[in-house]
Amino acid sequence: MQKNIICVACPMGCGVTVDIADNGEILSVTGNTCKRGDTYARAECTHPVRSLATTVKINGGIYNVVPCKSAGSLPKEKIAECMKVINSVQIDAPVKLGDVLVENILDTGINIVATNHCPAK
Amino acid sequence: MNYDVAVIGAGVIGSLIARELSRYNLKIALVEKCNDMAMGTSKANSAIVHAGFDAKPGSMKAKFNVEGTALMPELCKTLGVPFKPVGSLVVAFSDEEVETLKSLLERGNENGVPCLEIYGKEKLKEAEPYISDEAKAALWAPTAGIVCPYELTIAAAENAVVNGTDFIRNFEVKKIDFNGGIFTVSNGEKEITAKYVINAAGVFCDETAALIGDTSIHTTPRKGEYMLCDKSVGHLANHTIFQCPSKMGKGILVTPTVDGNLLLGPSAIDIDDKEDVTTQADTLSDVLEAAKKSVPCLTTREVITSFAGLRAHCDKNDFIIEPSKVNAQFINVAGIESPGLSSAPAIAVYVKDMLLEALDADEKSDFNPVREEPVRFRHMTNEERKALIDKNPAYGRIICRCETITEGEILDAINAPAGARDVDGVKRRTRAGMGRCQGGFCGSKVVELLARELGVEINEITKFGGNSKILYERTK
Amino acid sequence: MLNYDIVVIGGGPAGMAAALKARECGVESILILERAETLGGILEQCIHTGFGLHYFGEELSGPEYADRFIRLVDEQKIEYKTDTMALEITENNVVYAVNKKDGLLEIQAKAIILAMGCRERPRGALNIAGSRASGVMSAGTAQKYVNIDGYMPGKKVVILGSGDIGLIMARRMTLEGAEVKCVCELMPYSSGLTRNIVQCLDDFNIPLHLSCTVVGIHGKDRVEGVTIAKVDENRKPIPGTEEYIECDTLLLSVGLIPENELTRAVGINLDPVTSGAIVDEYRETSRKGVFACGNVLHVHDLVDYVTLESQTAGEGAARYVLGKTDTAEYITTKGVNGVRYIVPQKVNIKNDGDVKLYFRVGQVYKNAKTVVKYNGEEIISKKRPRLAPGEMENVIIKNDMLKNFAEGGTIEISVEV
Repeated sequence: MQKNIICVACPMGCGVTVDIADNGEILSVTGNTCKRGDTYARAECTHPVRSLATTVKINGGIYNVVPCKSAGSLPKEKIAECMKVINSVQIDAPVKLGDVLVENILDTGINIVATNHCPAK
Repeated sequence: MNYDVAVIGAGVIGSLIARELSRYNLKIALVEKCNDMAMGTSKANSAIVHAGFDAKPGSMKAKFNVEGTALMPELCKTLGVPFKPVGSLVVAFSDEEVETLKSLLERGNENGVPCLEIYGKEKLKEAEPYISDEAKAALWAPTAGIVCPYELTIAAAENAVVNGTDFIRNFEVKKIDFNGGIFTVSNGEKEITAKYVINAAGVFCDETAALIGDTSIHTTPRKGEYMLCDKSVGHLANHTIFQCPSKMGKGILVTPTVDGNLLLGPSAIDIDDKEDVTTQADTLSDVLEAAKKSVPCLTTREVITSFAGLRAHCDKNDFIIEPSKVNAQFINVAGIESPGLSSAPAIAVYVKDMLLEALDADEKSDFNPVREEPVRFRHMTNEERKALIDKNPAYGRIICRCETITEGEILDAINAPAGARDVDGVKRRTRAGMGRCQGGFCGSKVVELLARELGVEINEITKFGGNSKILYERTK
Repeated sequence: MLNYDIVVIGGGPAGMAAALKARECGVESILILERAETLGGILEQCIHTGFGLHYFGEELSGPEYADRFIRLVDEQKIEYKTDTMALEITENNVVYAVNKKDGLLEIQAKAIILAMGCRERPRGALNIAGSRASGVMSAGTAQKYVNIDGYMPGKKVVILGSGDIGLIMARRMTLEGAEVKCVCELMPYSSGLTRNIVQCLDDFNIPLHLSCTVVGIHGKDRVEGVTIAKVDENRKPIPGTEEYIECDTLLLSVGLIPENELTRAVGINLDPVTSGAIVDEYRETSRKGVFACGNVLHVHDLVDYVTLESQTAGEGAARYVLGKTDTAEYITTKGVNGVRYIVPQKVNIKNDGDVKLYFRVGQVYKNAKTVVKYNGEEIISKKRPRLAPGEMENVIIKNDMLKNFAEGGTIEISVEV
């Protein structure tokens, strides 16, 4: 199988082609213009990760929601499920920047943390 | 509710009629199908008070235009509405058009328009430094002016309400019955009764008349598209600059507005849909091209918004202001296209007199003709601002950055008699959101203030009533 | 009348960095005026990550990046007034401002730092035909509704403009359950970062239509759909390529304009390309003692650069207040052949440090080089594998080079393919 991806390791945005065998083994990486491109492309084909930023519902705060992020990268395929978990959470104000809002989300070992303050109303 | 008079349509005509009638001991309803007044022709037109030389001598248009224009400055003063007597110029670009100017001058004299004068090229250039070099001459009419048409409508309606008129919003008249000398006016859910009905329904005047079986009115919605330019090019026209009139109207004009912007337009296209106020890309580019004929240095760069308005063009080519042939208690004020705004003050007086002959009502002793001009923070000196904020701190919070509109002014607009209920209503009353960023920053704050004052959630606030909601439910 | 050495107008990343630097340089009396309820500026609603990679070496969200500076402002006990709008600057450096608590403020400043930021270009500037229905808003307005107020501004969304805000909002709306139908870009390339195209669009299978625009908006009360069309090389819609897309919301991400109303009103000279003030290397404007930095000076793509630039302005204002200014002999800078603009527009050659020139190109180049010439003579040339309008470039002019220049000279930067 061939997979075409755009490298985001730097602003060049090289189009990289990755040849993948049926057993998942990476046969070749072409189109990249530097080593970082090779690394990125391999990672993107085997275990792509993304950071997630969204909001969490707050009760009794001066705002309805507080922004939050994953404190590290999450597996890309789990982003949608993570959103469901985060959307089901409600936190009572006050919230401080850095507070852990969801611990070890979906057993990824990653916490969801508040990225701003939300004082109580 | 039972009324003596129901005025259908809270445009400039209906609102001024309601105000005139509110001088008397009458129970008046001002009925409007939208969420606010000035939602039709009255909010999207050229905003010109015409001198009165266009209309055919002897026509209703000629009579009411000249009379209305004479009443306008004093009326605007009483109602706290901006009016600027800038005068107008009809510009001729050919010898043939110079001849047209001469006939317009003659017609103007016949209509009783004062102080008309033909300017030669030099004098024209002096009056309008940015006018095209192709311009040969112009007809100068010093009595013409500019007014803010929706502010005039809002002020008239507010003043009518202060003097006892009931303003009934979101009431689309769908049925009118007549029994025992009384009309029952219904929107399908609620009804009111009235001894007299005034049909001031703008582009819907034909349909409204048809509700009592009067099919004598034939109007076509004629769409006019406009472009509004930033204040930074407001200096490109000192006066209202017309081109020579054609069959379809007075041509494309370039005019300053009372707020210092520059307005270009209108196109004139007959359409079928009475609610179609969409703009078309090619029409707008035609408008700009035509406007450049008068003022060549105009560009699209300074255009901050464009809009379209409909006028009720009547096949009789004149206003229809008379009791219906079907029922004398139903008064048509129909086919009010240009110069309708200029004529409005005189039409209101005329209709009031017509009704008084029939209704025999006393003048109120406590009628208050004055509607104080709302606080305009942007026009104040720093001393005045200081005193104002000391009295009410809400005037110390700027909501609209582009136009310098304060929270206090927005609260005033919402809490006024018949106040704003939606974002566009706040915008028309205060100018919040009318500046360069067109509500990018202040839009959400206006929504918050409306929700707070009206005691609803912010996702219930609309742009202009109906289904024009701005927000859906909470994200979570 | 209040008296301060430095009044900073705007408490976003630019204003805070400038104030902090001025304090570090020894100015005690500083006041920041902020029109919003809190310090932080637009960063407060930019909850995505990617801020601070250059400056902190970390990937922060907007509020986190802002918070680091807010804490420093508090620690340094720099005075600030929020919910306060500057109305006017006079020729004598008096700032008039208002808020609910103090009423009308009259503040005499020795130096003023302009850091008011920028605003989004509205629909009117595009003249998109169609109805005036509800549901058309700038991407930034939608961002505020979603991220701060916690309300959805739409369910089926079309985005016009592929700048970073548009891309970020495509992902944000999708994550919150909206269906983003497509992103249309008038130009043949996106002005957004590649990373954002991949992670905000490709990840969610959102199509990006290049050389495409919205030519019509439909719906009476709420938007019901838009018509999009391909455009030719002159950016004019091509008849016959129209396509109707059902949606309830159109988000506009069609450019940012520095907010220079105060600047213009006091008669400071503006650069027609940047729409910001013309400044020297300390970001001093044509009016002595008035400095400008951040997006009010020119629109930046990375906040990290805003911070750096604002520190320069803060230092300049401090030097001015403390009487440490150099004698001035200026050369001018000029972008030519593909370089749209350079900031600063003039440089004092008596300055005792190196000078970094920031510039932006007008189109995408691959394997080009940027060439710096002084009075027509090449002094620096650098290979650039990729240049794009969305990415600000810079070049450093060393001080020993500066010393060889003469008053009235010109530095030109160009792109050579």
